[in-house]
Amino acid sequence: MVPDARRLPVARKHWFATTRGKEALSFYLFILPWVLGFIIFTVGPIIASLALSFTQYDMILPPKFLGLDNYVEMLNDPLFYQSMYNTVYIVVLAVPIGLMVSFTIALLLNIKVGGMAAYRTAYYIPSVVPTVASAALWLYLLQPQWGLINGLIGAVGIKGPGWLASEVWSKPSIILMMVWGSGGTMILYLAALQDIPEILYEAAEIDGANWGGKFLHVTLPLVTPTIFFTLVMGVIGSFQVFSAIFVLTDGMGGPVNSTLVYLIYLYRNAFAFFRMGFASAMAWILFIIILVLTVIQFSTASLWVYYEIDDRGRQ
Amino acid sequence: MTTGKLRFHAKAGQIAKRRHAVQQALGRLAAHLVLVIGSLVFIMPLVFMLSTSLKAMRQIAKFPPQWIPNPVIWGNYSDVFLYAPMHKYLRNTLIITVTWVFGAAVTSSLAAYAFARLRAPGKNALFMILLSTMMLPGVVRLIPSYILFAKLDWVGTFKPLMIPALTGSAFYIFLLRQFYMTIPMDLEDAALIDGCGRFRTWVSIIVPLAKPALATVTIFAFMGGWNDYMGPLIYLNNKRQYTMSLGLQVFSRQVGAEWGLLMAASTMMVSPIILLFFFAQKNFVQGITMTGMKG
Repeated sequence: MVPDARRLPVARKHWFATTRGKEALSFYLFILPWVLGFIIFTVGPIIASLALSFTQYDMILPPKFLGLDNYVEMLNDPLFYQSMYNTVYIVVLAVPIGLMVSFTIALLLNIKVGGMAAYRTAYYIPSVVPTVASAALWLYLLQPQWGLINGLIGAVGIKGPGWLASEVWSKPSIILMMVWGSGGTMILYLAALQDIPEILYEAAEIDGANWGGKFLHVTLPLVTPTIFFTLVMGVIGSFQVFSAIFVLTDGMGGPVNSTLVYLIYLYRNAFAFFRMGFASAMAWILFIIILVLTVIQFSTASLWVYYEIDDRGRQ
Repeated sequence: MTTGKLRFHAKAGQIAKRRHAVQQALGRLAAHLVLVIGSLVFIMPLVFMLSTSLKAMRQIAKFPPQWIPNPVIWGNYSDVFLYAPMHKYLRNTLIITVTWVFGAAVTSSLAAYAFARLRAPGKNALFMILLSTMMLPGVVRLIPSYILFAKLDWVGTFKPLMIPALTGSAFYIFLLRQFYMTIPMDLEDAALIDGCGRFRTWVSIIVPLAKPALATVTIFAFMGGWNDYMGPLIYLNNKRQYTMSLGLQVFSRQVGAEWGLLMAASTMMVSPIILLFFFAQKNFVQGITMTGMKG
């Protein structure tokens, strides 16, 4: 580069006074609120919760160092296992069922028939219902004696279960409610389906593919990125299921702890027993479980998720 | 080929075509049938909620249920206020929700603009951090945050529900950044050459162009604030400060099996969101598909 005589003194100016510097300064300024929030309300608390997890702390007496005692206690705590079992039960059923139901509905909605806007609205609306209202509503619908659901089941001559009042049916009740509100996922699948170029189906037809063939070799591969995304987010979300169950069971996780999910047990330790150290250890264990599951999902993604590379070579 | 054979082929073709058309029509009919039944199943609980909210207790106990209450009883709606000051809950919710909307439409929007357009050392690393926080389970920061707010004497005030929301959220920053990336640079360049600062460029060029995306995050943030239950549950302890969601839960415990009352209160909480959905259907759908992380 040819040195520019006029520019030389400028180079000695502070970096922030240069064009590039000013741009960078604006950048830092614009993201400052988020960075502050991130440090104060995210990084700080995460580190603090790790530190707290090695202590006994009730918010009155100063924290007492316990080493790994909280973690050891957790491993010997039957309610920890119970809450973990309940949570995994819900994750393992609610995520795949929600995924399949929303994918199926999206497939139906993708058929070129009239009135699609109305159908889409009907399937989507339950997902905008606030959790607490949705819980109140299902509390009523699932009433064993004269709720609507058992009324309808009874009309065909079958005696409906006790739903939320039954140890066996309480978790399925919650899954039912979660699936009812999975319209957001349906929209994601619908968008993915509508993005599939018609020409791929035509090409498959010329090659003699029938409906099943087109679904298996065109639709499914092109929707795998959405399946992957909803799977990852679904697992993260349902491990932290809380509000709906808290409302449905008055915060008790009943009957007989059958809906005592991880977060309700954590909440109880923190805000009913003020065992902040133990609750922090629980939070960290959940954090690690979710992290490991997410990493596993990401590392298997290359085996089954199909990423189309477009003509610009961008993924 | 003889003409006879040709004619035969033409006829076979016609029959096949007709059969294809009949098949398609039947297929469409079947699709409609399944879709109608499915839609009814999904929408029925909400219709039932509305219908129950307009019934007296003796009408509620009837089976098969009256889908259209006869007579229509409006009393449940006024009776809700005997137990729960819904207007106060509404006011509290709106006060809190304003900061959620500000955090999304202003704070996150500015940060998103920075990530989309401005160059600075460390930007990529910061962006990676931003992305990873989107997958962070919120529960790991719950307890120390509570302790922090307790030490600040903020428990029992709206501050723990408002201040963190004001600092923006990784999710909205990412969503808006994706949108800003699609806006052509030309207009902005013109403004910058005219001597506009970055902030003015954002206000006068980007914000007007990004209205649909900003509307989307505004709606999402509004719903987030409106629906939040765990926050109010942990931080609010005075009935006068309750939000709609916390108020509704406490109300449901008070009224027990008075379903007409509970459904009336639920309808009050649900209907603004459903109205919002009908007015801004496009933004809802767009917002969700944008979260699908395309590109």
